[in-house]
Amino acid sequence: MALETNAAIVGRGNTDGARLFREWFDGLTRAAAEGRGGAYVFVMGSLGELLRTFDLPLVFPEINSLQTAVRHVAHEYLDQAEDYGYSPDICGYVKADVATQLRKGALPMGTIPKPAIAVYTNACNTYIKWAEIWERMYHVPIVTIDIPGTRSAGAQTWPGDPDFENDRRYVAAQLRELIPLLERVSGVRFDIDRLRENMKHANTMSRGWQQVLELNRARPAPFNALSDGTIYLGVANAYRGTAAGARYFEELVEEMEYKVAKGIGNLTDEQYRLLFVGVPCYPIFRRFTELFSGLKGSFVHSTYLWFASGGTSSGYQCRLDDPLEGLAEGLLFGVRDAMDSMFFHTQPLLKMYEDYAADGVVYHPIKSCRTVSTGLADSRRALMQARDLPSLFIESDMMDRRVVSEAQLKNRIDAFFEGLATRRHQAAQSRG
Amino acid sequence: MAYAAGVDVGSTQTKAIVIDSARRIVARALTETGANVTRAAENAFQQALAAADVREEEVEYVVGTGYGRYKVTFGNTQVTEISCHGRGAVQMFPRTRTVIDMGGQDTKAIRVSAAGEIVDFCMNDKCAAGTGRFLGAASAALRIPLDQLGPVALRGERPVKISTTCTVFAESEVLSWLGKGKKMEDILLGVHQSIAMRSGALLRRVGIEEEVTFTGGVARNVAMIEALSQRIGVRPNVSEDSHFMGALGAALFALDHILGSRVPAESRPAQP
Repeated sequence: MALETNAAIVGRGNTDGARLFREWFDGLTRAAAEGRGGAYVFVMGSLGELLRTFDLPLVFPEINSLQTAVRHVAHEYLDQAEDYGYSPDICGYVKADVATQLRKGALPMGTIPKPAIAVYTNACNTYIKWAEIWERMYHVPIVTIDIPGTRSAGAQTWPGDPDFENDRRYVAAQLRELIPLLERVSGVRFDIDRLRENMKHANTMSRGWQQVLELNRARPAPFNALSDGTIYLGVANAYRGTAAGARYFEELVEEMEYKVAKGIGNLTDEQYRLLFVGVPCYPIFRRFTELFSGLKGSFVHSTYLWFASGGTSSGYQCRLDDPLEGLAEGLLFGVRDAMDSMFFHTQPLLKMYEDYAADGVVYHPIKSCRTVSTGLADSRRALMQARDLPSLFIESDMMDRRVVSEAQLKNRIDAFFEGLATRRHQAAQSRG
Repeated sequence: MAYAAGVDVGSTQTKAIVIDSARRIVARALTETGANVTRAAENAFQQALAAADVREEEVEYVVGTGYGRYKVTFGNTQVTEISCHGRGAVQMFPRTRTVIDMGGQDTKAIRVSAAGEIVDFCMNDKCAAGTGRFLGAASAALRIPLDQLGPVALRGERPVKISTTCTVFAESEVLSWLGKGKKMEDILLGVHQSIAMRSGALLRRVGIEEEVTFTGGVARNVAMIEALSQRIGVRPNVSEDSHFMGALGAALFALDHILGSRVPAESRPAQP
């Protein structure tokens, strides 16, 4: 009986996540075949709850692009975009998307619809220039929702604070301006009750995501924040504001609770608990994790699960009595939190280090995303000044295998583990 | 008498060292790595054994290091050259807290504790700028043997500003300076200074704490020692055995194992 239960629950998040991902892409392929236009959105503030009320298929170009790397065909897309005229030095996600558009939406996973509209925030400076490409290609409206970020480290404002209330009104006003445009593009009238329903699902998902992340404080950690976590993250983005997404995260909480209760870790012999800072190395996604797990290292948390979930990780619950105000506040919190995770993460990382009983921090700046990578060396220095903790700084890329050198990565990772082992050995000796 | 050995398979040369239980170097050997990495490791090891007059079975433990460490098939385990250079440098110069290792294809800045363990490290990225390979390119362009580069550069008085540290472009830049009538020694001094600038930046990333020890093959270059000293404001320790430092560190880790301590990598799988 115990074995049956085990088989039914353990790993369910990964298999269900893969299934949901396939179904989502099948839906996009159908929409493309029917000639329907999609809402092009990004992971840091997708507004999925709102856009779904207009029956717009959601297209996440970042996820499409990274999938080309995971499936080892990114170089074909990057080469095509560079032949078209884009520089080798710009965002790899952008270039893979440009090639996707030149291929009429064709991707290894299916076909994406053309954009009917693009809605995005200022969380990443590239989003804005990226959307301008679609504007030029398809002559569709593009909308930047300008989210005021944290002005300086530790200076976040909260409800009741005049600065916060001004920021919220500013975001809410932009959402009110957006709605008539969405009605015009989709031909569907805005239904606030549908929005409320979608937000309820998003609230459930946020609550679940926060719980799942916290359950990984257990030793051994039930999931790997880099490999497993990225699957969960995909569902968090693609299914935000849906009943299926909410159910998935409720079941994921069950799975993690079960694994924690039974002491089932993602590694059978977890020796080192690590935090990951940055974006994964998708060209060698599985192998990258193995370079750590082979030495008994497990990623227990990652800033990626934080900023690439658009703030869902905080568990924030939007008010449902006034959905538009609630959505504005949620977007403000979520995107601000995502930006904070990139620009003001030293203090939260120190807390994460304690909360998750981590043994080391792995920084992974990438060539083709300067937004998340600039400043990581300084951040690392600040972290090490604040506390004597082991950290590793390795550079590669999220898309471009031309700048991923596995031998060099391995050399640095091996040396990092040698340091971790020596440190642990000496700590044991000093304890007598 | 128990013996331990370290074999450092680098990108250009393979080094082997045999030490006794009192941590004394009994023998050292150096060979070109070439295409057959395993054979290079075996050759270096056998040459060291012959020089020490020690039989292979008397060596109780062998640690492989360097890029080819997993090809040291007769080795008992592997440790990265980062850990080995740190360990070797502290053995040679016990007050070492910072190590700069300049090898054929990479340069490493390593901060170490008093016990020789790694506190932090930083390496050049995926290009050979600022490494020994850059000197090799300059040597080829100017047709001056590698071991003469340093003495010639020291004669320079008006160093040229080398704008690229890219090894691929080094030759054309050096030739362009020759075309402008610059003296060979001034060009070479400029080359050394540009490498020292890159290495200084790496050192600053890990933090320069005295004493600094300079290891690796390039540490034999007198002009590089001078240029680095000026760049970082500290005169580094340099051992006669600077380019054997990785092999020495590996041998010390091997001796640790024999004496009952733990080698940092012993839990690791034998193959990558």
